Amino acid sequence: MTSHYTLRIALRIAFVAALGAVYILGRGDQSTSHTWSETYGFRFREVSAEAGISFIHEAPDLDPSLDTIAPHVAAVGASVSISDTNADGWPDLYFTSSRFDAPNALYINQKDGSFSDDAVAAGIADVNRKGEGVSMGSVWGDFDNDGFEDLFVYTYGYPHLFRNRGDGTFQDVTKPAGLRRWMNSNTAVWFDYDRDGFLDLYVGGYFREDVDLWRLETTQIMHDSFEFASNGGKNRLYRNLGDGRFEDVTDVMQVGSTRWTLAAAAADFNGDGWADLYLGNDYGPEELFLNRGGERFDPAMGGLADDSKSGMSVSLGDTENRGRLDVFVTNISERGYLFQGNNLRLNLLEEMGQFLNVAQGAVADAGWAWGAQFGDMNNDGFADLYITNGFISQNRDRDYWYGMSKIAGATGVLFQDFQNWPPIGDASLSGYEQSRVLMNMGEGRMVDVAPAVGVTDSLDGRAVAFADLFNRGMLDAVVASQRGPALLYRNAVDPTLHWIAFHLTGTRSNRSAIGAHVVAEWGDRTQMKVIDGGMGFASQNDRRIHFGLGTFDEVERVSITWPSGHRQVIDRPAVDRLHTIEEPIP
Amino acid sequence: MTAPTMMAGASLWSRLGRLNPRYMVIFLITLILALGELRYAILGGYDRLGIALGTCVSVELLLTWLLRGRLANIASAIISGISLSLLIKPQSDLLWPFALGAFLTISSKYVLTFRGRHLWNPSNFAIGILVLLASHQVAILSHQWGNDLATNALIWSFGILITYRARALHVTLSYVASFLVLALVRNLFVGGPLLAEIAPITGPMYQLFIFFMVTDPRTTVSSRRGRIGVAALVALVEMGIRIAGDYQFSYLTPLYYSPPIMALFIVGPIVMVVDLRRTSAASGRGVGG
Repeated sequence: MTSHYTLRIALRIAFVAALGAVYILGRGDQSTSHTWSETYGFRFREVSAEAGISFIHEAPDLDPSLDTIAPHVAAVGASVSISDTNADGWPDLYFTSSRFDAPNALYINQKDGSFSDDAVAAGIADVNRKGEGVSMGSVWGDFDNDGFEDLFVYTYGYPHLFRNRGDGTFQDVTKPAGLRRWMNSNTAVWFDYDRDGFLDLYVGGYFREDVDLWRLETTQIMHDSFEFASNGGKNRLYRNLGDGRFEDVTDVMQVGSTRWTLAAAAADFNGDGWADLYLGNDYGPEELFLNRGGERFDPAMGGLADDSKSGMSVSLGDTENRGRLDVFVTNISERGYLFQGNNLRLNLLEEMGQFLNVAQGAVADAGWAWGAQFGDMNNDGFADLYITNGFISQNRDRDYWYGMSKIAGATGVLFQDFQNWPPIGDASLSGYEQSRVLMNMGEGRMVDVAPAVGVTDSLDGRAVAFADLFNRGMLDAVVASQRGPALLYRNAVDPTLHWIAFHLTGTRSNRSAIGAHVVAEWGDRTQMKVIDGGMGFASQNDRRIHFGLGTFDEVERVSITWPSGHRQVIDRPAVDRLHTIEEPIP
Repeated sequence: MTAPTMMAGASLWSRLGRLNPRYMVIFLITLILALGELRYAILGGYDRLGIALGTCVSVELLLTWLLRGRLANIASAIISGISLSLLIKPQSDLLWPFALGAFLTISSKYVLTFRGRHLWNPSNFAIGILVLLASHQVAILSHQWGNDLATNALIWSFGILITYRARALHVTLSYVASFLVLALVRNLFVGGPLLAEIAPITGPMYQLFIFFMVTDPRTTVSSRRGRIGVAALVALVEMGIRIAGDYQFSYLTPLYYSPPIMALFIVGPIVMVVDLRRTSAASGRGVGG
């Protein structure tokens, strides 16, 4: 009897202990440092005003029938891409806006810490016009190999290809290039899939191509599943014919996904020398298309097919200094309602034929995350992560998550019709979230240091891009915010740490050298980077490749695999300087 | 259909009627698990299933052996384990919610009792606690089910068939009818599209709720009429939670994550206490977990 009684007491104690454990564990990691610490080795200062950057993104006004969910549908379009558009050795910035008659901006680097908006004079400001559509993002690439970076603006509407004349002005060559097709796009990447030395173009489709968001003929335009939707716009691959024209080779190359693609990145993931495509899809699983010798693409499982989430950004970086490109894809996390979690996928294609998701803690949960980029922000030799986030920031006291939950679990035929969505009104949806700056501590551990290093904005960040804007040997961050101001975070890094950077120019390869893989080896570390033709969400980093080296003042070797397939090795390049390298001609 | 085929069907139907209802429920929830995993990989890792199922079964066996001197039938623990692994969707790769949730599920049957009966549906209790105390880390199944009409229709068909044979269909139908009627009422209060108010019941969380939780006779009242009333009462409280959600009463936010589960969490023990006080003659065959 006594024993029975004791057992019952013990069970009750265990029960209460379990409740306590749920409470304690359920609070998660509440620790966030809010004080400046020299140990991080870097600090950002937001300097857009003093740099002369006054750009504010404007969201589109859509068909009035969409009014009940307009904040949701019109929640994208803020973008930033970085390129040295006038070939003067200083990176320039291009921002897009998304309302009719709102100008896009081209901020030319004045080399003194400031920028000047020359978009109007350059002829690339007036892109958002009634009947033509509005900008969603842009990517730079020298498609005609004339030494000047050209601009592709993807839109909800007709896209634009602007040829850089090299005199500070641009010519709209969309029509003669064969690219004037109505698409509702949120991503595009330049890459040379067939290694013919000319940049090809992959453009993502989001809403279907027959949807004109300003003149809707049907209310059934939304996704038919929150997890496995495939009723989005068709992605398209355009082959550069080398004479100013492009040919649609989507079906031949088998890359016409209709999975609501929000982001894409191209790189050689499996080490076979050919550029593959990685897609982040909203309402669905990520996709990897492996390039088979430039003849076709094969969809690869890679452990991606069953892991369905809401992919919004695809960033490539070597997170563990293995000489591989890993993939970071942002997703949605909201307490109580949904923990999709971001994916940090280690590239194990060569060993296991798949990626391995290792995201945990702050890496996995960054709120409603959007654009992200890898970059060694403190020059310590490890790739850090900058993540923008926040979806719709309106009334702080009204939250749409409950409204969203009514339809998110329903059968797809209901929410495919936007008339069945609860009205958003002035509610917020994962609004006012703080950007994350995840410092890579090595051994796979990342810590959010955003407030401590000066990143405190809570705007609806969409895109982020890195560049050494002022040629100081450190990465600055540029952020585009939806319905908000562009931000320029100027970096200040511990000057005792070393770095090395490379500016590549292709000869047999495309002149932009987009797709070149650079591997630096120093100390016990090996790190890979790729020159991107668009990466993250609605963004593109500067083409110059930057490695932080930590306290090492010597680099043993740098290997460059050019897009043409040619491999070049540079022994013991000098550190703390930018190397300009032209692809050798045999 | 030929006469022999019809006779064989009738015979199978008759044998199903004699089967312990819990085995049919195990069949149904395993069907949901298999369908969901094969088509949509809903588990998010077999370790989750292993931990939830393993903990439920082992705690059940251990407690019955220690407290009652015999090993219990583990059917109920299996249903609970699978329910938990399907319904809990925690952050990234966390596994503790499955272990602690499973322990709370089974132990609640032995700790939270009144006149020898446990008060909460075990899974409902554990999920309710996880939502209330650990929402930073734990969410409830919302849309991890493909939003696919065909899959839903299949599960509904089997669910109706099995709850009918388990003599619990009246509870399911009472809840569904109440939900639909009250959706109309909610729509009058909050406006917007009517289908937005009806939409939730077409989702996967509701399938688990109406076939496995609200029907559990061990944690509901003894009379048929009473059970129908309780199902309607759960739907009524859920309506209150949902209207509060629409009007954004922030202090009730933890209830909005999963209104039906939280409504049952509130109503279940109250009606059990009232019923047990009214009559100490507890009876009824168990179906749920």
